[in-house]
Amino acid sequence: MKVKLKVWRQKDANTPGEFQVYETPDLNPNMSFLEMLDVVNDELTVKGEEPIAFDHDCREGICGTCSLVINGKPHGPHRGVATCQTYMRNFKEGDVITVEPFRARAFPVVKDLIVSRKAFDRIMQAGGFISVRTGAACDANAVPVPKEAADLAMDAAACIGCGACVAACKNGSAMLFVAAKVSQYGLLPQGQPERDKRVLAMVKQMDAEGFGNCTNFYECSAVCPKQISHEFIARMNRDFLKASIRSVFTPTSASTGGGAA
Amino acid sequence: MAKLESKIPSGPLAQKWTKHKAEIKLVNPANKRKYEIIVVGAGLAGSSAAATLAELGYKVKCFVFHDSPRRAHSIAAQGGINAAKNYQNDGDSVYRLFYDTIKGGDFRAREANVHRLAEVSVNIIDQCVAQGVPFAREYGGLLANRSFGGAQVSRTFYARGQTGQQLLLGAYSALSRMIGAGGVKMFTHAEMLDLVVVGGHAKGIIVRDLITGEVSRHAADAVVLATGGYGNVFNLSTYARNSNATAIWRAYKRGACFANPCFTQIHPTCIPVTGDYQSKLTLMSESLRNDGRIWVPKKAEDRRKNPNDIPEEDRDYYLERMYPAFGNLAPRDISSRAAKKVCDEGRGVGESGLGVYLDFSDAIQRLSEAGVRERYGNLFDIYHEITDENAYKVPMRIFPAVHYTMGGLWVDYNLMSNIPGLFVLGEANFSDHGANRLGASALMQGLADGYFVIPYTIADYLAGQKPAARPKTDAAEFRQAEENVVGITKRLLGVKGKEPISHFHKRLGAVLWANCGMARNAANLKKALKEIPAIREEFWQNVNIPGEAGTLNQSLERAGRVADFLELAELMCLDALERDESCGCHFREEHVDPEGECLRNDEQYAHAAAWEFQGEGKAPVLNKESLVYETVHMAKRNYK
Repeated sequence: MKVKLKVWRQKDANTPGEFQVYETPDLNPNMSFLEMLDVVNDELTVKGEEPIAFDHDCREGICGTCSLVINGKPHGPHRGVATCQTYMRNFKEGDVITVEPFRARAFPVVKDLIVSRKAFDRIMQAGGFISVRTGAACDANAVPVPKEAADLAMDAAACIGCGACVAACKNGSAMLFVAAKVSQYGLLPQGQPERDKRVLAMVKQMDAEGFGNCTNFYECSAVCPKQISHEFIARMNRDFLKASIRSVFTPTSASTGGGAA
Repeated sequence: MAKLESKIPSGPLAQKWTKHKAEIKLVNPANKRKYEIIVVGAGLAGSSAAATLAELGYKVKCFVFHDSPRRAHSIAAQGGINAAKNYQNDGDSVYRLFYDTIKGGDFRAREANVHRLAEVSVNIIDQCVAQGVPFAREYGGLLANRSFGGAQVSRTFYARGQTGQQLLLGAYSALSRMIGAGGVKMFTHAEMLDLVVVGGHAKGIIVRDLITGEVSRHAADAVVLATGGYGNVFNLSTYARNSNATAIWRAYKRGACFANPCFTQIHPTCIPVTGDYQSKLTLMSESLRNDGRIWVPKKAEDRRKNPNDIPEEDRDYYLERMYPAFGNLAPRDISSRAAKKVCDEGRGVGESGLGVYLDFSDAIQRLSEAGVRERYGNLFDIYHEITDENAYKVPMRIFPAVHYTMGGLWVDYNLMSNIPGLFVLGEANFSDHGANRLGASALMQGLADGYFVIPYTIADYLAGQKPAARPKTDAAEFRQAEENVVGITKRLLGVKGKEPISHFHKRLGAVLWANCGMARNAANLKKALKEIPAIREEFWQNVNIPGEAGTLNQSLERAGRVADFLELAELMCLDALERDESCGCHFREEHVDPEGECLRNDEQYAHAAAWEFQGEGKAPVLNKESLVYETVHMAKRNYK
């Protein structure tokens, strides 16, 4: 099979980009979408043109490196898979396929189809952790965790940090990404001591990075390659509200800057 | 000749690590902040090491070529992590985990390292649970376990089919915390391209910024490499596409010995190759072998039939037949070879004839389809996406693929290479898995090295170095190393040949797979040793690398890595030729027992083969570290 690609080319962050059209050589329908781009790139190389820059690594849907908006949809036509798990058999002979980078204010284009998602790392650094020094932990079975809570925490923890949720959202919101991490820890007993502090810090950083707010269209969970539920956003909103109120009324020790109650 | 001092502590095996910890030097808290440590890589080993060293008070700089430390390929590990918790009350112990691992490695690993690994395995699980890793649990709220290859107990902890992801995100959260706290300075899109050795000690690295192309120098009091394995030398493997050997290879060329480079794990359960365009192979977790049964038709003429039409009596469940005690859970090297054997007999299935069935129909009858889905649902989904087949209805087709490298830079008991100040962790070193790694042991080793070994052992080195005495980056050695890096880039871009990089990588992979893969012999290895330099020469004359150095250039990145693979492959074949015995993954067809199994030669080859670079175009020198077994008897591996 052969298809036509309409690909976004952009030299770097400061140069305006544009679409260019490429015709692919003959493809095997069992190729992955990224393998198709490999073949196109090899052909461009031989012709003396610059290959298309795109992010990729594990090619099995778990590292979260690959991105791409394919025909208007982050990670392509199928539910519950990343771009690297999209196969050419899902397209037809002669199709014109539009390939763009993830577009969001907080994800600047680096080159062609590559965007910077460093904002996600900074949100994590602001509070996406449980503070536990190596070696300080008690026995793993000392604190039982109800299976239901562990399973739900795992649903949230499955996030691969790809940013498709942001790219799909008309507000460029990162609420699903942040909510997944907040919920994972909020559901586990180990996450309780820092629960309020965490959600406040992560949301503050999320806002500072220029991500938009959630207006309940749920495009995020629709394109999420791990099908993480938007219900976690509601959970984070509840946590955020409670933490905001509590933070006003909770007395803090004089040793951490507050006055004794 | 390099001096290989293993520094294994004296005393009884079970007390060596405790004794060592009590005896090695410490760095006092006020001095720790005066030392800078470079950590390269942020997979399980790198991120756990960077986070823990920063918690202790050292100043840490961490470098990854990815856009984020969360992307390292540890993330793709599926099945689980071993630990000697004995929560199942099924007779597990530190000794048993140690023994299974050393036996699994076919007695080619260092006894003391493996015992330490088994000891600290229990701390890893505690640490990860405290970090919020959502391991699978039973209804009572306690942790669940499953079994893995090479073991007769259930000691594997797991988080669905995404255990590596969850452990890595746990370590990434610890690292993120320390980045936020200022203890770790993180460099992303930063690829290490050379090691800087000053006065015989590792004191820095040269890095290329993959976005701007800028080359920079970084000095430190010690350098820790946790850059993973080199299986992509085969082109097709289960590794992430960008995993590479460049950091360890360039350290090798600065004098670090490379041990057992030919020890490559070929994993038995991967989705078979379908075409020349393929960029990678996908693993189906070994955990599937808990419930799936592996078979091929008894008669070659049945191999194209619909598997569901082949009656029970015409199926050969060959692992259960050949290894009744371990059955479908025989170790990886043995299972892979068995698959090769039945395919060589003409009984392989699928289009290419290079495949065997992994069948869940018995498990579905026993557990129901929903029960199987709960255990392995995501793996069945992956299989469906790739092959367009429904494995609940038709058996999966699987075939062995390159998955892990047991070889790596030589390290002593402190995980320090023969270059003082250069430490090597995780898959990048050679130390714990011998000639074959058991399932669920890679995650264990990565985290053991990073959380629980290096934080102690690095102090023993640093205590001998004056605080804040590291060289400045304007030293001649830094300038020379930077010139080397810039020179390689220039040479690559200057070739301006005709063929894309993939052309050479594919050919290299084919030569290695055919001659240094699941079965090896002297004639083939000698042939490969002629073919590889020829491909390398052609690469340097005819590779086409578009673009420039001072910008994001993915072709240039890959070209540098493939150039290193073209050298490393030769060393692998040389090592495989030199090791004239069969052991674990290294199956020399000349050395087979009457039952077709590996025939080891403990008298001549009970050593780690540590290769030392002698300069371009010169043959490397082979150093040998004898493996002395003080406690276990080097028995014949038997899984029957």
